[in-house]
Amino acid sequence: MKYLDEYRDGRIARALASEIQQCCTRPWVLMEICGGQTHTIMRYGIDELLPPGLELVHGPGCPVCVTPLETIDKAIALASRPDVTLVSYGDMLRVPGSNSDLFQAKAKGADVRVAYSPTEAVKLASRIPERQAVFLAIGFETTAPPNAMAAWMAKQQGLRNFSLLVSHVLVPPAIRALLTSPENRVQGFIAPGHVCTIMGCDEYEALVRDFQVPIVVGGFEPVDILQAVLMLVKQLEAGETRLENQYVRSVSYQGNRLAQKVVGEVFEVADQKWRGIGMIPHSGLRLREEYAAYDANRVFDLHLITAEEPAECISAQVLRGLRKPTDCPAFGFRCTPENPLGAPMVSSEGACAAYYRYRRHAPAV
Amino acid sequence: MAEAVKSIANLVCPTPMPVRDTVLLGHGSGGTLSAALIREVFLPAFQNPVLGRLDDQAIVQVNGSRLAFTTDSFVVKPLFFPGGDIGSLAVHGTINDLAMGGAKPLFLSAAFILEEGLPMDMLRRIAQSMRDAAQAAGVLIVTGDTKVVERGSGDQLFINTAGIGLVPDGVDLSASRACPGDVVLVSGTIGDHGIAILAQREGLEFDSRMESDSAPLHVLVSEMLATGAEIRCMRDPTRGGVSSTLNEIAQTSKVGIELVEREIPVREEVRGACEMLGLDPLYVANEGKLIAIVAPESASAVLSAMQRNALGKNARIIGKVCEAHPGLVTMRTDLGTSRIVDMLAGDQLPRIC
Repeated sequence: MKYLDEYRDGRIARALASEIQQCCTRPWVLMEICGGQTHTIMRYGIDELLPPGLELVHGPGCPVCVTPLETIDKAIALASRPDVTLVSYGDMLRVPGSNSDLFQAKAKGADVRVAYSPTEAVKLASRIPERQAVFLAIGFETTAPPNAMAAWMAKQQGLRNFSLLVSHVLVPPAIRALLTSPENRVQGFIAPGHVCTIMGCDEYEALVRDFQVPIVVGGFEPVDILQAVLMLVKQLEAGETRLENQYVRSVSYQGNRLAQKVVGEVFEVADQKWRGIGMIPHSGLRLREEYAAYDANRVFDLHLITAEEPAECISAQVLRGLRKPTDCPAFGFRCTPENPLGAPMVSSEGACAAYYRYRRHAPAV
Repeated sequence: MAEAVKSIANLVCPTPMPVRDTVLLGHGSGGTLSAALIREVFLPAFQNPVLGRLDDQAIVQVNGSRLAFTTDSFVVKPLFFPGGDIGSLAVHGTINDLAMGGAKPLFLSAAFILEEGLPMDMLRRIAQSMRDAAQAAGVLIVTGDTKVVERGSGDQLFINTAGIGLVPDGVDLSASRACPGDVVLVSGTIGDHGIAILAQREGLEFDSRMESDSAPLHVLVSEMLATGAEIRCMRDPTRGGVSSTLNEIAQTSKVGIELVEREIPVREEVRGACEMLGLDPLYVANEGKLIAIVAPESASAVLSAMQRNALGKNARIIGKVCEAHPGLVTMRTDLGTSRIVDMLAGDQLPRIC
């Protein structure tokens, strides 16, 4: 398949790996931000190709994993109302809330549907005027444009039975929080190529400047990841700190202006809770006042639902790159994809699930 | 930011274990939830040595003949899809369950659960499609049943079938017979059925039309057996896909299986659709493909026999059975690294981005 096979070519990948071996003289700690990149690393065993001192730690870029517990609880509460049809991206359905998940709510009679695009939920709403359709609008900057489009379309059509339960997170403030933390070990970042396709590279330039840390915007195929690692190692070995773009076939410096405009019209930046990490200032999006009628939090008065996430959960450490999933005593034992104890075991992009599926070291019992 | 961890004892996720007090959709996915259902509910209830083999069909002795006996239910939505419909799928699926035991399929039953309000014309088309599929495959539908449920209590139409066939002398196929050194073959491209259904159901449009591979495999199987080769086991990788089938064989035979990524045949358009939807073709359903585990010295004879049949023309050797990691399936990637090919818990969930 064009633009895919070239980036999975074993010979090119091995050549890049040996170049990394040659360049790397000291141990370095790199973080790939996006869960899609973690998935590729595990699936293709890319870490096996790297020199022993070069450590890849997995960032907080799995949108399913970082969606706060209380958003899941709210979604379950909404779905369980007889007048509500809850529409969601597929991989949210198995994410454990405080007591249940959306699959179990569905089994108990809740009307939960899976959509590939939020605009499908808008179409559904116009077909079922007697019910309230709520879209569980989660994700990073990548899903913000389609989610914004859904709100925009609903407003254009004057729909009165459609709303969004929004839990949107932004990458640059999360990197900022990681770098500000006294525990930080990360010396270079692979920035998420899809997010930068939408948002451009500007915000990452600022991070490089403020923290003197090299960042390479990277793609998602094995050759992309290895090339991004090589670019970071070269900078680190030379004592340089620059923003570089490995994913040039998709990312332009200014990003997708049209998408940014729609997002800016519908959403505004707000403080946001991240599951496993906590509150990060200015790291999320909420619907603007003009779209209040489409905000499920206001339509249904969900403010009473709160859930405290236990600070001792190891997913906090995993999502910040401080520990590997295999460091958890429950990994592959009490915590498996069938019985996920924490969110990173649920989504195929979650670090724990990626380790479990492709590289489990602890036996499943 | 959360505080630093204070002691190792706190490193356990304290989220409570979800209670499985209800049946979930995932229990029907062919993955580990389905396996748990069989293990925890049905096996203890029905326990006997014939059932205990857990193959796609039961093999029973009646008056000196070995009968293969199977049952299957069909709940596919939409009822009509490119490459078939629920009726032809029911006939093919039942024939294939018999054929995977090496049996010559003879007689089928067909029971219909109809939802009040189903257009009669639709039912007629499905019955005709079943007759055509049975005729083409040389089997007879000899008994049946009909029940009608209230509107809202079913989804248009469900079909349950049973099938009986005769197992020729000397044929002994079972998921428990794989040995280290054996070769793993697949009869053609994988994932075609699941992607065709998904594309139709979700209204996804692609450049080329994708068709289900639904087909009866008994003739292909008899041609493979006619080579006289040492075939240990055959399975049709339906729901749960190739990965679930191979995991079941690895677990039942207590052996490891090693696949080679580049040898696994996947149609270009199926690969494209899987990339877009965040699915892995190894977990997507097939309805006209089989996996065969064959002794190494027989591999080339069986492969050529498969490739001579139209339903096996894209047959390939995709891996081998090994002594290492019993119960696990692994795959050698194009990068030369190795990874686990796990059995899924429930349905494959489309990724968000």
